[in-house]
Amino acid sequence: MKKIKLLLVDDEKAFLDTITKRLEKREVTVSAVYSGKDALVELENNKTIEAVVLDVKMPGMDGIQTLVEIKKEFPLVEVIMLTGHATVETAIDGMKMGAFDYLMKPCDIDVLVSKVEAAVEKKRQHEEKITEARIREITERRV
Amino acid sequence: MGESLNERKAFYQELTRKIRILIIIVSFFPMILTTGTLFYRFNLTYTDKIQAHISELVQKHTQNIDTFLLEKLGNIRFVARYFDTIQQTPTEFLQQHLAVLKSEYGDVFTDLGLVNSTGIQFAYEGPFKFENADYSKAEWFVKAKDKPFYISDVFAGLRGHPHFIIAVKVGSNGTDYTLRSTINFGSFNSLVGNIHIGETGIAFIINGKGQLQTKTDVGLHPPIIASMLGLSSDNKNKTVFAKKQDASGNRYLCVISKLKNIDWLMVFRQDIDDAFHDLWKTQMLTLVILVFGCMAILFVAFTLPRNIVTLISSADKKSDVMNKQVIESGKLATIGELAAGIAHEINNPVAIMVEEAGWIEDLLEEEDLNGAENLDEFIRALHQINTQGKRCKEITHKLLSFARKTDSTINDVQINDAVREIVSLTAQMARYNNVAIETKLTQGIPYIRISPSELQQVILNLINNAIDAMEKSGGTIQIETNISKIEKNHLVISIEDNGPGIPKDNLDRIFDPFFTTKAVGKGTGLGLSICYGIIQKMKGKIDVYSQVGIGTKFRIWIPFQEALTEMTDNDTDYHTTDKENRYEEN
Repeated sequence: MKKIKLLLVDDEKAFLDTITKRLEKREVTVSAVYSGKDALVELENNKTIEAVVLDVKMPGMDGIQTLVEIKKEFPLVEVIMLTGHATVETAIDGMKMGAFDYLMKPCDIDVLVSKVEAAVEKKRQHEEKITEARIREITERRV
Repeated sequence: MGESLNERKAFYQELTRKIRILIIIVSFFPMILTTGTLFYRFNLTYTDKIQAHISELVQKHTQNIDTFLLEKLGNIRFVARYFDTIQQTPTEFLQQHLAVLKSEYGDVFTDLGLVNSTGIQFAYEGPFKFENADYSKAEWFVKAKDKPFYISDVFAGLRGHPHFIIAVKVGSNGTDYTLRSTINFGSFNSLVGNIHIGETGIAFIINGKGQLQTKTDVGLHPPIIASMLGLSSDNKNKTVFAKKQDASGNRYLCVISKLKNIDWLMVFRQDIDDAFHDLWKTQMLTLVILVFGCMAILFVAFTLPRNIVTLISSADKKSDVMNKQVIESGKLATIGELAAGIAHEINNPVAIMVEEAGWIEDLLEEEDLNGAENLDEFIRALHQINTQGKRCKEITHKLLSFARKTDSTINDVQINDAVREIVSLTAQMARYNNVAIETKLTQGIPYIRISPSELQQVILNLINNAIDAMEKSGGTIQIETNISKIEKNHLVISIEDNGPGIPKDNLDRIFDPFFTTKAVGKGTGLGLSICYGIIQKMKGKIDVYSQVGIGTKFRIWIPFQEALTEMTDNDTDYHTTDKENRYEEN
């Protein structure tokens, strides 16, 4: 499998740094940013990012707002919500907005990795289908 | 506290006093006014009536006596016309006419006599032997001398018992004679004596000098009679009324009427007590009623305010308790918010700690530490950090969900949607544990007004418990919604699993707070207790049925309003469609 390119968004620097190191050890390319705004900028600059792990509670632009923006600008990028509270409502809201799944902090690194992998898998399948559709379109046009 | 209690007591006393005074004023004033007015008017009217009645009676009798005297006088004058000394002797004449009078009028005329101008009765007919009696000195003779006729006062005279005389002048052969007749006193007396009203009402006649002309049973003092003389009016048709008091202090009523043909007065006398007896009886009754009314008002004025104030004070106490409860629940809410804040703040550092421990674990794998003495201990310690971190996470999550309980905004909730939502949330976890969740949702169940997040909490709790119970074996959870057939206007949600069941000994205690069968650190024992509290708050019911080895069934009843039923009746038909959703295990 191609190396996963992941964007981590969390305002808690210590948490983010450690988890970045741990994920990189597990063959994931990680970019880390500390706010929703930076996340959008990073996504704009680095089109190869396939999935985002997004903290719900952040100062300024919060997780849900960021999620909405990401889904608007980069619809193919899958988002996993990371929440500090067990509020079902927030999770449901996130799912409604198009998040792939949600996780509660602190989470097991292996669970996180498997979720990310599933998300990326979905994204790649999506892209494949889109590519196929395009090819078909092009070939049909030729005929 | 004691001071405010005293203040309140004083306030209640003041309130009692005010209500009491108000009742007394508002009740007494109209009652006394009404009773007083009625009393006065009735008194006036009734007195007039009595006086009019007595007056009429007296007048009638006066007329009767007048008529009687006039008639007797007429009789004698008639007899006098036939006096003729030529045809008969005077004695024969008297004999003949007395016989006629007696046969016509009975015993009214006692005797007849003829008196010459010198006062010698030369002829007499009657029961006595008064021939040649000398009347020249008699008062009646002196008075009758100059008049054509005369009616005397009552006097004893020669015969020694009271009588009166009618004298008429007759002329025969140029000589004047006087024809006199004695009227039977008894028959005259009975005319007056028959007048009786009440117990003390009597009538009598007095002459111009105040001498009694009739017999009376009651002793009358001459001064009293004399005082009556002064009252006689000049108007002959009118009666005179007077209220007097005798020597012994008896008050009496006096009615005087003048006779037309003679200087006599008809006097009616009755004790005031007797005359107004009925009136006074009525007045007494009124007074008694008034007194009883006043007593009743006083009774009410003293008991009612006390009762009202007791009610008010108990209501005050209740509202005090309510206020305390409100404050208490407010406090709880604050604590909840605080707990949520703390939980959230702790969560992040714990997450970092767990991640750092994980990072060390990762690094240990890389390092060549195989020879290190304490490698196993390092790994064990890191695992422990991980485990305890997770435990912290669980606690903070519990705290957060406890805090969320205070978020109880009420909404109209369609129970089926709520169940579906929760099932979709738990499906993942169920899948991990080899548990299938089946739902059997009856369509057309009315909306209920509850807090959706609270209901979610309850159902989620029950589902989680079921999943936990079947962790090892796997199984099926069946969730059913329906309109209750047992409880009117309730819907029922049942959550049934085919897990190991709950032993009988525990069944009674599962809703108790802090009761748990889970391992230490796994469960708080609060889940079902919180559920119970929430359902109670919704005015619903929760019960449990369990058999070891077969499974456990929880049922929740929640009331709905009748009005909301119709809303949903229109678009769904709720008897036939039993929709089944099955979340199969992977």
